[in-house]
Amino acid sequence: MKTTPKSAPRRRRQSANRANMMRYATVAGLIAFLMGITVLVGGGSDPAGIIVASFLATMLAVSTPLALGALCGIFCERAGVINIAIEGLMLAAAFFGFAGATFAKAAGLPNLPSLLAGVLVAIVVSVLFSLLHAALSVSFKINQVISGTVINIMAIGLTGYLHQVIVFRGLRLPSAGVLPTIRIPFLADLPVFGVLFRQQPIAISALILVAVTHFVLFHTKWGQHTIAVGEHPRAADTVGISVKRMRYANVLIGGAIAGLAGAYFTLESVPSFQPMLVNGRGFIALAAVIFGGWMPVGAWVATLLFGAAQALQINLQYYSSSLPESLSFLRTSQFVGMLPYILTVLAITGIMGRSTPPAADGQPYEG
Amino acid sequence: MSGATPTALSKQGRARRRQELVQAVIVPLLAVFTGLVAGAVVIYLSGSSPILAYRGLWEGAFGSPRALSETAVWSTPYIFVGLALAISFQGGLFNLGGDGQLALGALFAAAFGYLLPNVLHTEVPAVIHLPLTLAAGALAGLMWGAIPGWLKARTGASEVITTIMFNYIALLFVAYLLNGPMKDPSPTNMLARTPQIAETARMAPLFAGYRVHWGLVLALITAVAVWFLMGRTALGFEIRTTGANREAAEYAGINNRRVIVMTLALSGMLAGLAGAVEVTGLYYRHDVSYSAGIGFEAIAITLLGRNQPLGVVLAAFLFGAMRSGASRMQFVAQIPVDIISVVQAFILLFVAADAIVRYIYHIRAPSEKPPLTGA
Repeated sequence: MKTTPKSAPRRRRQSANRANMMRYATVAGLIAFLMGITVLVGGGSDPAGIIVASFLATMLAVSTPLALGALCGIFCERAGVINIAIEGLMLAAAFFGFAGATFAKAAGLPNLPSLLAGVLVAIVVSVLFSLLHAALSVSFKINQVISGTVINIMAIGLTGYLHQVIVFRGLRLPSAGVLPTIRIPFLADLPVFGVLFRQQPIAISALILVAVTHFVLFHTKWGQHTIAVGEHPRAADTVGISVKRMRYANVLIGGAIAGLAGAYFTLESVPSFQPMLVNGRGFIALAAVIFGGWMPVGAWVATLLFGAAQALQINLQYYSSSLPESLSFLRTSQFVGMLPYILTVLAITGIMGRSTPPAADGQPYEG
Repeated sequence: MSGATPTALSKQGRARRRQELVQAVIVPLLAVFTGLVAGAVVIYLSGSSPILAYRGLWEGAFGSPRALSETAVWSTPYIFVGLALAISFQGGLFNLGGDGQLALGALFAAAFGYLLPNVLHTEVPAVIHLPLTLAAGALAGLMWGAIPGWLKARTGASEVITTIMFNYIALLFVAYLLNGPMKDPSPTNMLARTPQIAETARMAPLFAGYRVHWGLVLALITAVAVWFLMGRTALGFEIRTTGANREAAEYAGINNRRVIVMTLALSGMLAGLAGAVEVTGLYYRHDVSYSAGIGFEAIAITLLGRNQPLGVVLAAFLFGAMRSGASRMQFVAQIPVDIISVVQAFILLFVAADAIVRYIYHIRAPSEKPPLTGA
């Protein structure tokens, strides 16, 4: 066996690529399968093309918070900090973003500026909570899962409490609505598939951020340093990279992205806040990170699968009257609702392809 | 330390014991105190009176025999789930699936409680029916904990994520059954709940006229059992060794995979038992509304109790008191009960990051860090 220093990484890259291809194929197959069910069920009421197009559009929209959450996870874990607080970050951002937009509207701003103010508040709040996570896990070096749990419980408590305070006081606040749909020129006017190109701004920014994250991680010095800190902090420290600074910065960047994910729930999807509205999607995003091999594009593909599972649920509800009697249990939301969670478990067991985490993931650095 | 003289050793030992006492008692107490202060700040900032709030909380938790009974009622599931998490934390595993395990335990207990007499077409004597009902719940929880354990042992899938996913799967499954096949068929019922369980499957109240029931006694017995299991048996030793250092455990001939499955199975069993006790002792049926969140609150309880049965029981009483006092607080001070979750989050924060507490109160750091809260 002749192993020149050059060929070993290349071989590793090739096998990683093959594993990725397998994973993408599995995901594509599963999405096609879920879409097929929808077409079978709804085929009696609508033409197949319309169903497929609306299924894909829903899939893209509902995978938005998952994709953003996954990017948050990637920034954190690539730098060596496990972040199970994504769930709480999203929840806090969703609440405070919504509150921000509502109060801006109440102060007399028009809808769009109010909503943008809300998005800004969502991002700031999420960054502040991330700062707590960074302080606890990087500076205080407490167990990162516990630190994340602290933030999750804090977010549930704080948003639930403030939500109830508002309900108790019977405050009647004006609604700023949701972020407007952006029509991508020409493509949005396509006959059947035009609906795919009529998306709201956070959904579009999620797609852009996937590409940006990929570029930043693998084609900039920042990304190199981040990966170095997550793989071998001691070596990074030796060559003069500040482990602490890189970890703090990446956790905060991740926090900003999770804030955008939170804003999706209350400023882009539905103009209201419910205490449990994130419903585990922060954790599903983490599973997407693992399934996608800590790669932005891979994780995004995984979030599409979870989005497809959710799109199936939405579509089955819509077409529930055309379900045959033998499948009537699908009319209740619960069984199909389990699908994203079951897929999450399957995804991280490695049944659909294995991946390796950053070597120093979750380990505090004793500098 | 080979050169130390006996007197030096005993002096060292005394200093060490004092340090342990500070670490085990004073730091958690200060964490609770700091958490309550932080909660007061939140109450004040949201425009209410912290004094009125905490007076209501105190009256509601300890102000009367009924209040004490309610505190005990709330503490009972906290003790079970806190013990469940203590086992998993000592084993170095995060069982965040307490909610799902508890809900399934309650579901199975309710099913055995009302279906068994129907299926057998006869009344089952209580000495058989009640233990069977409790066992059914425990077994359901055990199964729901063992599967993530098995997945972890076989594939390395992080139990942090799988146990949380299993919560959602279990809660949806329970919601389906309570809205469908197992829904209480009485014509007045509009809620997602099962029919009432048979009299023979019920645990009696401890005192006539109060809700506190024999489940509390069972919880305390379970705490002793967990203390014995973890401290005095081979399995407990294996769990603790695997939790402290997996490689060393492997080296010592411990089958880590088996221990991981056993740890999460045992942990799930206690959470399932919590659900079964709620059904047989308190509600006499399963109703989706009451289990949510206990699994996560128990994380704070367990860390506050430093993963030890006695500590968990005390912390569970504290959290039970807060929950039981919260409704009175809401009534007298018009402050939503949800503030309790904020206070709990602060307590968890200060217990987990005890460095903050030590900094605030100028307490010197211990030489060794406790498992899981340390690096």
